[in-house]
Parts: sequence; C-alpha cells; structure tokens
Amino acid sequence: MTDATFRTCPTTGLKVSGQADALIKANAVAGTVALLIGGIAAILVLLTRWQAVHLLSAPWFYRMLTIHGMNMLIFFIIFFEMAILYFASAVLLSSRVAAPRVGWAAFAMMVIGTLMVEWTMWTGRADVLFTSYVPLRAHPAFYLGVIIFAVGALLVSIIFFATLVVAKREKTYIGSVPLVTYGAATAAIIAVITLGHGAAIYIPTFLWSIGVMNVDPEVYRMVWWGLGHSSQQINVAAMVSIWYLLGGLTVGAVVLNEKISRSAFVLYILFISMASAHHLLVDPGLGPAWKIVNTSYFMYMAVLASMVHGFTVPAGMELGQRLRGFNHGLFDWLKRAPWGDPGFSSLVFSVIVFGFVGGITGVTFGTEQINIIAHNTLRIPGHFHATVVSGTAMAFMGLTYYVIPLIFRKRVAFWKLAKIQPYLFAGGMLIFSLSMTFAGTFGAPRRHWDISFSQAPFDVQMNPAVDLMLGIMAIGGLLAALGGGIFILVTVWSVFFGKTLQPGDTEGVPQGIVNPIRHAANVDAENERLHGPASGLWGPAPGTLALVFIFLAAFITYYFVNWKLLSVVWKVG
Amino acid sequence: MDTHTGLQSPKGIWWKPAHKAERMWVGIAFGWCMVLFAMMPLWHFRGGQNPAGIRRRVDPAAYYKRTMEFIKTYQVGVDHGIPVVAPPPGSEVYLMAQQFQWTPVLRLQLNTEYTLHLSALDVNHGFSLFPVNVNFQVVPGYDYGLRVKPTETGDFRIICNEFCGIGHHTMVGRVVVVDSLGRELKPARAVQ
Repeated sequence: MTDATFRTCPTTGLKVSGQADALIKANAVAGTVALLIGGIAAILVLLTRWQAVHLLSAPWFYRMLTIHGMNMLIFFIIFFEMAILYFASAVLLSSRVAAPRVGWAAFAMMVIGTLMVEWTMWTGRADVLFTSYVPLRAHPAFYLGVIIFAVGALLVSIIFFATLVVAKREKTYIGSVPLVTYGAATAAIIAVITLGHGAAIYIPTFLWSIGVMNVDPEVYRMVWWGLGHSSQQINVAAMVSIWYLLGGLTVGAVVLNEKISRSAFVLYILFISMASAHHLLVDPGLGPAWKIVNTSYFMYMAVLASMVHGFTVPAGMELGQRLRGFNHGLFDWLKRAPWGDPGFSSLVFSVIVFGFVGGITGVTFGTEQINIIAHNTLRIPGHFHATVVSGTAMAFMGLTYYVIPLIFRKRVAFWKLAKIQPYLFAGGMLIFSLSMTFAGTFGAPRRHWDISFSQAPFDVQMNPAVDLMLGIMAIGGLLAALGGGIFILVTVWSVFFGKTLQPGDTEGVPQGIVNPIRHAANVDAENERLHGPASGLWGPAPGTLALVFIFLAAFITYYFVNWKLLSVVWKVG
Repeated sequence: MDTHTGLQSPKGIWWKPAHKAERMWVGIAFGWCMVLFAMMPLWHFRGGQNPAGIRRRVDPAAYYKRTMEFIKTYQVGVDHGIPVVAPPPGSEVYLMAQQFQWTPVLRLQLNTEYTLHLSALDVNHGFSLFPVNVNFQVVPGYDYGLRVKPTETGDFRIICNEFCGIGHHTMVGRVVVVDSLGRELKPARAVQ
C-alpha cells in the first residue's frame, strides 16, 4: 500500500504520513485503556496494602496485583512504545510507514493477545502474578495470549527497521538519523532481544500448561527475566529518547556531543540481556561468578550509559537555555524554564526521580550481596515504581501533551489541570516510592495480602514504622492515582471530544508548540563561545555539572550505607 | 559548530571530540562503576554475608525424605503442630517449604555455624528471616546449602516472601536462637 496522504506539520515542518498518524493514534489509545485498567487495579491493591483499610479479599488482592502488573508493565507500556516507534521512524524522518497493513495486523494481534490475557486474569484463571513462576499454573490462554501479543510487538519492531530502510532509500532526510530516532532504534533492537527471550520461555511454558513438556523452575526464572527485565530496558532506551525529544521541543535542548550520547545508547544494547541476573542473586541455581558478571551488566557498563545520559540530557537543556540568553549564574536557565508546560515539568521530574530514586536504589539492590537485605521485600517495588512509573510513565505522559496537538491535531482539554498533573503524579509517586522502600528495609514483604499475619501459626510483630510508612505510601499512591486519573481524563477528552487545533491557539497548547524554539542566526558562534576556554573545566553546562556531583554524592552515600546495613546481619555464606 | 536538537539530523561527521567537562564526567562515572564492580568480589573475601553456599539439584521427594530423617534425629518438641528441632553445632540443617508451611521449627545456638539447606516441594517460596531481614529464594528442585551463623539470640520468624498461592500470607515459620546456656536473651517466649 503506498501512502501519499502526507500533511506538513506547521510546528516542526515535518511531513507526517496518514498511516503513521492512524497507527500512532490506535496504539496510543489502546495503551491508555490499559493504563486505565491497570490504574484502577493499582488503587484497589494500594487500599488493601494500607493495613488500616485492607479493602480486598485475599484472592482478589492477588488477582488485582496480577491485573495491575500485566496491564501496566506489558500492555500500557508496550502499546505506547509501539506508538513511539512509529513516531520516531515515520514522523521524525518524514517517511511513509513500511508495510502499514502489517502494522494493522500486528495491532490486531496485540489487541487479541491482550483480551485473552485479560479474560484469564479477570475470571480467576491466572492468579499467578506478573511473573507467573512455574510451577504455579495459569490457564493455557494466558500464556498463548502473551505469545500472540509479543509476536505483534515483534512485527512492529520489524516495521520500524523497515521504515528506517525506506526513509534512507527514498532520501526523506539528509545525513544521519536524529539522535531521538537513534535512541528509538536501540529500544527496538532491545525489544527484539527481549521478545526473543519471551518466545524462548512462554512457548515452552504454554506447552507445559497443556501437558506436553516440562519446564525447570530455575531455568524459567532466568529466561523469564530475560523478558521481564529486558523489557524494562526497552523502557529506559525509549524514555531516554523521549528525554532528548522533549528537551528539544520544550527548551531547544541541543545535543552536546553526538558521539558520547550515541555510544551510551550502544552500551545499552551490548549489555542489556544480562539483565535477568539481578533477579536471581539469592537463587540456588547459579554461582557467585555468574551472578557478579551478569548483575553488573558486565562491569556496570549499562549503568555508565545511564549516568552519561543523566548528564547529557540536562546539560543539553541547560545549553539550549543558555543559547537563548538565560546565561546568568549556575541555575538561571533552570529558574527561567517553562515550568507551566506539562511537557517540560514531566521531563524534569522523570529525569530526577528516575535517577535519584530509581537508579540509585536499583544499582544498590542489584549488588550481589546487598540483595540479601532487599530481595522480595517492599524495597523492590519501591525501586521499580520510581523507574517505571515516575521515570518511564511520567516521560510518556509528558510526550502525550505534545502528541495530542502534533498528531491528533487537538487542543489539550482541561489545560489548567493538565499543567498541574505532572506535579501531582511525580510528587505522589515520589512519596509512594520512598515510603515503600523504607518499609522494605524493616523486612516488610512485597506481594503480600496481610502483613499483620492474622491467619498465620506464629505472630509477626512488624516495626511500628512499617505501619506509618504504609500509611504515607497510601497517601502518596492516592495522589499519584489522582494525577494518573487527570491524565486519562485529559487525554481521552482531548482526543474524542476536544477542540480541533487552530492556528493562533494558545490555551491548551504547550509552550513549545505556541512558540516553537528557534535558535538565533548566530547560534553556532555563541555555542562555540560557551565551549571556549573562558568557561574552563566547568564547560558549557556548569549548572548540570554541579547537579550530577550532588547525584554522585547521594549515590555513594546510599550505596555504602547499605553495605553497612548488610554487615550487621547474621553471618551467611 | 553544528548546533542542533535531538530531533534534527546532525550535519556531516558527528564523531567529534567532546568538551573536557563531559569527558571528565564520563571518566568519573566509569571510575565509580569500577568501584561498584570491585565491591562484590571483595566482599566474598572480606565480608561475612554472601549468597554463595552449596547449590545443587535435588528431587523434591528425596529432599522431603532427608528432612524427615533430620527431624527424626534431632526433634526436641512440637510447636503449633510443627516439629521443633535442635541440631548440634556444625550440622546439616534442613528446612522445607511447601504451600503454606515451613518445616521444621529450628532451635539454633548463638555464634555457631550450621549448613542451612533450603528447598521447596511444590512451587517457588521466599525465605525471609524476620526481623533480621535476610532473604533467599527457595526453588523447587534445587538445594541451597548456606553456611549460617546466628549472631544474636531471640525468637525469629521466617516469612514467605515469594507469592506461592492464595494462602501465601499465612506461611510463617519460626527460628529460635539461644546462647550456650540455652537462654533466649530477648523477647522471652517459651519454646517447648
């Protein structure tokens, strides 16, 4: 199918194909529906773990936890990533979509797979939680649904690569692909690796569920996490790409150095499939050497990549602001940033919470020995809500505020609510993650219906601080849920009942679209000057350099405090 | 200088040297990563807490049989219908997880090393020594033999912290650590 229905985007000057538009819309809407289902489950799970309310019965708690995990970590995020893949290839390169009919077939498969999994979960045929560790058994349709969904996602990844080839052949752009597309390409490559692991584990597990073969529980855990954690690395690569994208759209962030940023993306690809290891650090199936090499993603090269992006993304934003004249002192660029633009505030919160909370706790808990005092406690969900929710989901939300006018050609509805949404969501999730992590340090288990242990043979006296922390967690979680609810209301209303975007609209349109960032004519010379010897060792982005040193100090402190905590527990080896 | 955003194609060759500030940060981050990496092998030599142990496959039926022999040899009582076992110092200790019970209750001595074997008969379980906060995965078909030395006396719990089915939250076991005179110094609770 050739697709000649291009329109030219008045903001970015990009040529947008009609097929890309439609595929992005379909996937984004499906993702939002999954977010809504997962969000409702989140509130129910939260109100159960808040011991003072303890809402659900035990079976429904575990069922809702399964529904929450699958809808958020698989359906919401992957549908959304499919939209991003179409956006970063066809839209950013002004190309047509390669094989749009395959794209629609893939979308249909993903919807069918989702419906199969939803059916098994809601009818109590798959009370196995997100990880579905064998030999816990779910209905075969659960595994088959995941397989069909994954094949659909794999097809979209292949369409992404094919679109890159089409764009190159048809010369829709000059030179190298933009950094955002490059980053999305790494996400797509990691997606292929991830979905490969998914096939390698879900196909045998499906066969096991119908009684054809056996699956070893430890092998399941290892290969399954090749899917389960690597899929979070798709999120990271996609999220970092969005950081660069939103930085460019909101404050004209420039790419500091293409070599450094692109090399960091390559590090993600090279070391990502070792990700299953840090879920197996206290497992009986594997030895210390394997655990050390793999949990470090071989010498922490993927951590290095994230620390590099953690510098280059804000530094690019700082430089972008300085090039537009906000050049006084260390932090004038930050003070005079568009804080009322939900795309910008989402970006900043995503970077900060992902790095300071998610990143630091993740690397620390993923240390072979420190995992002994973290594994399966509330510290783990505390960590990954800071990465996946406050990091990835927050970035996706920020992007959505730009996608609504740019792709759906609508004004963002309830604009004032939309402006405060990132503050509510990120603030709530920050409180939620920190209090959950803190409760976990006292040994409070994750995935647990009743930590008052009222039906257990022996009494368990939780530290009173745990009850307090779970109460604070509930408040943070409810704030975040309110922020999530506003997000869904705003997007659904904008897309289905919103006002069509007209030239000259300012209400309901983010700053970066009302006044697209244009660099001055002498920008290259000014950039040269900021890079010059006058700026010394601090370079063109001194404010960011100061911030990353604060980050490093926090990292070092948290890391060694945890070694200290470990050193006082029973001797074990 | 080619000033452009991440949405724009860079012009010409983009493999160019970075500013020294950026190179410095990459260098510092790399150095920190090496510290992170070195700490793990270092702790194996210098630290007292490592998830190493003896790791081997085991048939769940054989593990069940071995645990029953262990209980028969060293049983000293019964607690809530679960046998209480006081193994001698340095011995092999067997703890068995199944939906939704830890067997047996253990009575250990302070500052004495044991080899604590963990395995499950049915599905994955999570060994979480409470409130010490020491956690290990218990996988059916695998025997995890950890050399354990209690460094405090008291009445401890084993919480299951891996979802193992709808009764998961009722799965709690017990470990009592006594000093050489058989005293539990803190929270005083009778052990039968």
